[in-house]
Amino acid sequence: MHDLIQQLIIGLSIGATYALIALGYTMVYGVLRLINFAHGEVYMMGAVVGFHVTNLIARWRLPLWVSLPFVFVTAMVACAALGFLIEFLAYRPLRNRPRLVVLITAIGVSLLLQNLAQMWFIFGPTPQAFPPLIPQYSKTFGTPPNTITISNLDVLSFGLSVGLMAALAWVVLRTRTGLALRAVSYRFDTSSLMGINTNRTISFTFMLGSALAAVAGVVDAIRYDVKPLMGLMPGLKAFVAAVLGGIGSIPGALVGGMLMGLVETLVKGYLSSAYADAVAFVVLIVILLVKPSGLFGRYVPEKL
Amino acid sequence: MASIASTSHISRPRLPVWVINSALVLLIAAMWPLHRVLAENMNPYYLRILILIGLNVILATSLNLINGITGQFSLGHAGFMAIGAYAAGSLMKYFGPTGTQSAIALPALLAVGGFWAAVAGLLVGIPTLRLRGDYLAIATLGFGEIINTLIVNTEQIGPFEIGGSSGLHGIPIRTDFFWAYAAAIVCVASVWRLAYSAKGLAFRAVREDEVAAAAMGIDTTYYKVLAFVIGAFFAGVAGGLYATFDGNLAPESFRFMRSIEIVVMVVLGGSGSVTGAVVAAAVLTYLPEQLRFSNEWRMVIYSLALILMMILRPEGLLGGRELFRWRRRMAIPVVPADSGPRGT
Repeated sequence: MHDLIQQLIIGLSIGATYALIALGYTMVYGVLRLINFAHGEVYMMGAVVGFHVTNLIARWRLPLWVSLPFVFVTAMVACAALGFLIEFLAYRPLRNRPRLVVLITAIGVSLLLQNLAQMWFIFGPTPQAFPPLIPQYSKTFGTPPNTITISNLDVLSFGLSVGLMAALAWVVLRTRTGLALRAVSYRFDTSSLMGINTNRTISFTFMLGSALAAVAGVVDAIRYDVKPLMGLMPGLKAFVAAVLGGIGSIPGALVGGMLMGLVETLVKGYLSSAYADAVAFVVLIVILLVKPSGLFGRYVPEKL
Repeated sequence: MASIASTSHISRPRLPVWVINSALVLLIAAMWPLHRVLAENMNPYYLRILILIGLNVILATSLNLINGITGQFSLGHAGFMAIGAYAAGSLMKYFGPTGTQSAIALPALLAVGGFWAAVAGLLVGIPTLRLRGDYLAIATLGFGEIINTLIVNTEQIGPFEIGGSSGLHGIPIRTDFFWAYAAAIVCVASVWRLAYSAKGLAFRAVREDEVAAAAMGIDTTYYKVLAFVIGAFFAGVAGGLYATFDGNLAPESFRFMRSIEIVVMVVLGGSGSVTGAVVAAAVLTYLPEQLRFSNEWRMVIYSLALILMMILRPEGLLGGRELFRWRRRMAIPVVPADSGPRGT
């Protein structure tokens, strides 16, 4: 039992970062009907920025309550700028082009970022451990051997995810920009007739999603390490999470991300860690075949 | 629609079929003396590139049938290639034919590799039929990764070695210029004829508008699966050639990135254009070799070229035309239809 609870805790902790990345996919898909393949690379760039910023501020020996938010906020701002640039330079010229053209462009952007990150002036090809930003600390409950361990990183990951999700819910549901975002994702053409600046809204969506991915990137960088190809698998898994939750649905991304984290950890813990990566795709294919609209998605019948 | 209905799109060769068939056989036969000349006189490094071009031509042409001509955007081609490579490579290592035996064994093993890849194509094609556009892309990508995970976790199937995560090494090297180009000619000729036959019209009708095609009485399921099976078969053949050309197989060389490389060849050549894919495969195999001097910039240039191409000329180099028949034979084949600017 304790073992199961332990796995569930790890699963939620990993799922929290998937959920953060999945939000970016789902929001962009909502407004543009585009699978933004480059999103996983934005997450990776978040980790890279966090890595450099942490190294830079290490000499100042700032207290934790200053340095931690500082690293996260700079990574978020940098990635928001990156997200804006990607949309502005690569996707905006392709507005109203066939969707596959944009999809191929997204793959191109993803390749470009991966390979730029391997350049010495951005990061370099070798994985590097994240510099010590927060002391690793974990608390053990229960009497041995029935123990449950929770690390501060698990709490940080889950807390940040839930907190940012709440902030996002506020932005989307309570602000005018959020209203515009919902309108654009509901009916693109009509919303532009209603005087909504669709281009600005799309830029905003990219920036919002990229900032969330940056947070996930820094958390995972602390948890594992930083490497130029780190965005590929989490990006794909988060996309699966978005589809699982119903693409275009923000609560769906949260639930889907958490579920993906749980499924993956349970498979790792109880079946085989070797198959953990493939599980995501099995989930995807099953979902697409059984209920393509996902858990929270609305069914859109095909019109002729 | 009028352009599809018009029969001028079916190729009606002015020569009788037996002449064309004999010419193809002669062309393949001509590869043999060419092979002898090249093997003796050519720098081995360039000969290697030349053979790799042959393999990539097969891969690009077969993917073009799925992606370009039938409009089913697949990102799992490397998975099919992997199946063919491992099937042929493992059998080749087990039997290790020599001398005249290998002249019979190689094509047989390539066919076996192609067969298993085609079975995989069937297995992938049937469940993913309900999916379109970007969802299909992701699902095929997922299948590719699943195939890869299975290979990584399989050490052995019966007596046949697969090698698991460390890869399969020491496969007897049997593929040379002749076999690579004989297979490439067969593949290109098959896809070309398929594309410009009555079946080719059906493939393109599925690409242009699936619903309309079904309404016209085209069995869209059949044609989609057919495209997947044939495309996968040739990808498996290319994989088998690769296995017996390199002698070593590493599972990670058949992942997502490999599929993307093949997709880029199809897209840059102009999806739907058979000769376009051939030209793009040749150029995109040769150019990166020339860019080796700046190895790290190579992929950056590659990806930038892809993005710029999509922005400036999304229909690719040839844009649905063929090299030797410049008049556009098909509607602009950029994408399948569900992609209108945006659905409501």
